[in-house]
Amino acid sequence: MADKIKTIDGITTEATEELIEETLAAMPEKTRKKRALHLGANEPTSATCAVKSNKKVVPGIMSQRGCAYAGAKGVVWGPIRDMVHVSHGPIGCGVYSWGTRRNLMQGIPGVTSFPLDFTSDFQEKDIVYGGDKKLEKLLREADELFPLNKGLSVLSECPVGLIGDDINAVTKKMEQELGKFVVPCNCEGFRGVSQSLGHHISNDSIRDHVIGKREFAEPAGPYDIALIGDYNIGGDVWAAKPILEEIGLNVKSVWTGDGEIEKIAATYQVKLNLIHCYRSMNYMCKVMEEKWGIPWLEYNFFGPTKIEKSLREIAEFFDDTIKANVEKVIAKYRQHMQEVIDEYRPRLEGKTAMLFVGGLRPRHTIGAYEDLGIQITGAGYEFAHQDDYDRTSPEMAKGTLIYDDVSEFELEKFVEKMKPDLVGSGIKEKYVFQKAGIPFRQMHSWDYSGPYHGYEGFKIFARDIDMAINSPTWSLVKAPF
Amino acid sequence: MAEKKMRQIAIYGKGGIGKSTTTQNTVAGLAQLGKKVLIIGCDPKADSTRLILHAKAQETVMDKVRELGTVEDLELEDVLKIGYGGIKCVESGGPEPGVGCAGRGVITAINFCEEEGAYTPDLDFVFYDVLGDVVCGGFAMPIRENKAQEIYIVVSGEMMAMYAANNICKGIVKYAASGSVRLAGLICNSRNTDREADLIEALASRLGTQMIHFVPRDNQVQRAELRRMTVIEYSPEHPQAQEYRELARKIDENTMFVVPTPIEIEELEELLMEFGIMEADDETIVGVAESA
Repeated sequence: MADKIKTIDGITTEATEELIEETLAAMPEKTRKKRALHLGANEPTSATCAVKSNKKVVPGIMSQRGCAYAGAKGVVWGPIRDMVHVSHGPIGCGVYSWGTRRNLMQGIPGVTSFPLDFTSDFQEKDIVYGGDKKLEKLLREADELFPLNKGLSVLSECPVGLIGDDINAVTKKMEQELGKFVVPCNCEGFRGVSQSLGHHISNDSIRDHVIGKREFAEPAGPYDIALIGDYNIGGDVWAAKPILEEIGLNVKSVWTGDGEIEKIAATYQVKLNLIHCYRSMNYMCKVMEEKWGIPWLEYNFFGPTKIEKSLREIAEFFDDTIKANVEKVIAKYRQHMQEVIDEYRPRLEGKTAMLFVGGLRPRHTIGAYEDLGIQITGAGYEFAHQDDYDRTSPEMAKGTLIYDDVSEFELEKFVEKMKPDLVGSGIKEKYVFQKAGIPFRQMHSWDYSGPYHGYEGFKIFARDIDMAINSPTWSLVKAPF
Repeated sequence: MAEKKMRQIAIYGKGGIGKSTTTQNTVAGLAQLGKKVLIIGCDPKADSTRLILHAKAQETVMDKVRELGTVEDLELEDVLKIGYGGIKCVESGGPEPGVGCAGRGVITAINFCEEEGAYTPDLDFVFYDVLGDVVCGGFAMPIRENKAQEIYIVVSGEMMAMYAANNICKGIVKYAASGSVRLAGLICNSRNTDREADLIEALASRLGTQMIHFVPRDNQVQRAELRRMTVIEYSPEHPQAQEYRELARKIDENTMFVVPTPIEIEELEELLMEFGIMEADDETIVGVAESA
């Protein structure tokens, strides 16, 4: 929770509500009614956020959402480096989800890591006769060709669900035959309203087929933890993990950035789960809490203020040694962070930004912007749920704009009126706003930069944001409208 | 001279009613009238052409696709066979029950036949023999735009066969609205029920169509089937062969193509009661176990 209610000069609930009304006015009545529920002016003291979320996209709206398969392949499974991930179905889903997310991984590609596109490449005959036999053969061949893999995942595309193929029977059989993880994930794209269900289904697959099936090689220690919901975008894990190690914790496994399946399976042996992306991984934290009594803690490694707060909260779970270490680490980096702030804040002070990202960043990055003197005037998520918005509200200033599953039309209109100095969103928005002469950062992939997590990440974040907002390019571009 | 128009006909009806037998015997009759006919079997069981080809099971489009890997590698001559009276035969084929998607098999096979030129201009008729229950879009493929314009429903005086016929009419209404498909008549394949011909005549008139022919029950059909032959080929002089020739002639000369008027279930039950097929519901006994 934020300590006090934030306010931003020029932002009022009335003005924001007026903007929403004005924007909605362009829509047909039915659409207007539905969309109105997803847009609101922030009320930080309200117990629950005003906007509706996790609902089906309104037809005719240009949404930015993905599908369950995207959530499973792209987010949860794809980053696990030592597994072969099979896109089961026609070729497109596999190809277009291949290497499109910047979840970096160690290892030798094709030998110990598998950032490759494995697909069953469905043909008409596979639809008509079913693809089970082909899947079985594929799994056997993939294992033979890439023998150092530690497991295989099978991610169902839509047709597999439509024709009712029993991939679970195949994976069960092949798991016995190959003697390693062969995990089914029934993440057909037509299920659910966004990629969010794909995260949930993948968590369920881990619950049913992975967790509890391995043990860590080393004996358990009092400082064993797991990092949950860090996907190593631009190397985030590699910037976050050293801090936790520096305070004396033992990061036994990472879900799932640069992840290893056998360590994921053994995670039930840790003492604490630290979760960064709540939206995509809270399910398994709750499972491990219920089944093995492992507590979990949401933390935030964006920007020094949030890092310090998170480290102290983490220390509360441990003894005085860790608490002392945390203070030492905070002291050690504070000077360095102050130097970063001193360099960039004078150029960024008083700027505003609007964010529209996935299920975590619109709230989690706010602290990092504020460390640089930037205020967030609008935020929204593609696929968040009520509990995400409840966590967002206190972080945002009163009267700021909250938008769920925002459409291109709405976002353009909002940006046009609110005139932020920066928009942080995805690749589909990037060029729209840049062409309008508005500085933009692609905040799914860190715009080919990163890491943004941890102390190391904040340096890069500050540089990138400064580069975007203060680039002289924008004064040379004259938008024709 | 006006160009000859190929007529495309789909045969529907409840499972087990005798669609394939009736179709093949009728087509044999048309062949005797000098007509050029193509039969496309749209049933994964692939038994729509065995009496014409004297074959146990014809190699199907989908079998061949499975063998070759893709439909693009398939040639028409691999799957188009010629049988009695020059009748051309294609079977769509498909999976055994419980796996895959049989409906997609029908779509794949029909698309293949179109693309590969199976519908040659010399044909007078194309017959689609379709799986009894139109369980999904695939089995409605033969009556989509630019496919069959005429539908005959094989029916008998049994209650479930008539229910099925009425349901199929509902499907035809849906497709008739967007295309040119029309109901061309009911073929009564007799089960020797009471007043069967009258009943089907009555049903036909309620549906806005005709009973185009009453095919009596005769074991000669089974005797021919044992030899994997149509009656027309096996015993051309037999009276049953004459019935099929008559049906063939009527189909050839038929001009009564209508958008059917399917009836409400109550009306159908009234009709069945009128003919003594069904008794009035006694609501007091519904849901009460014998011992109660």
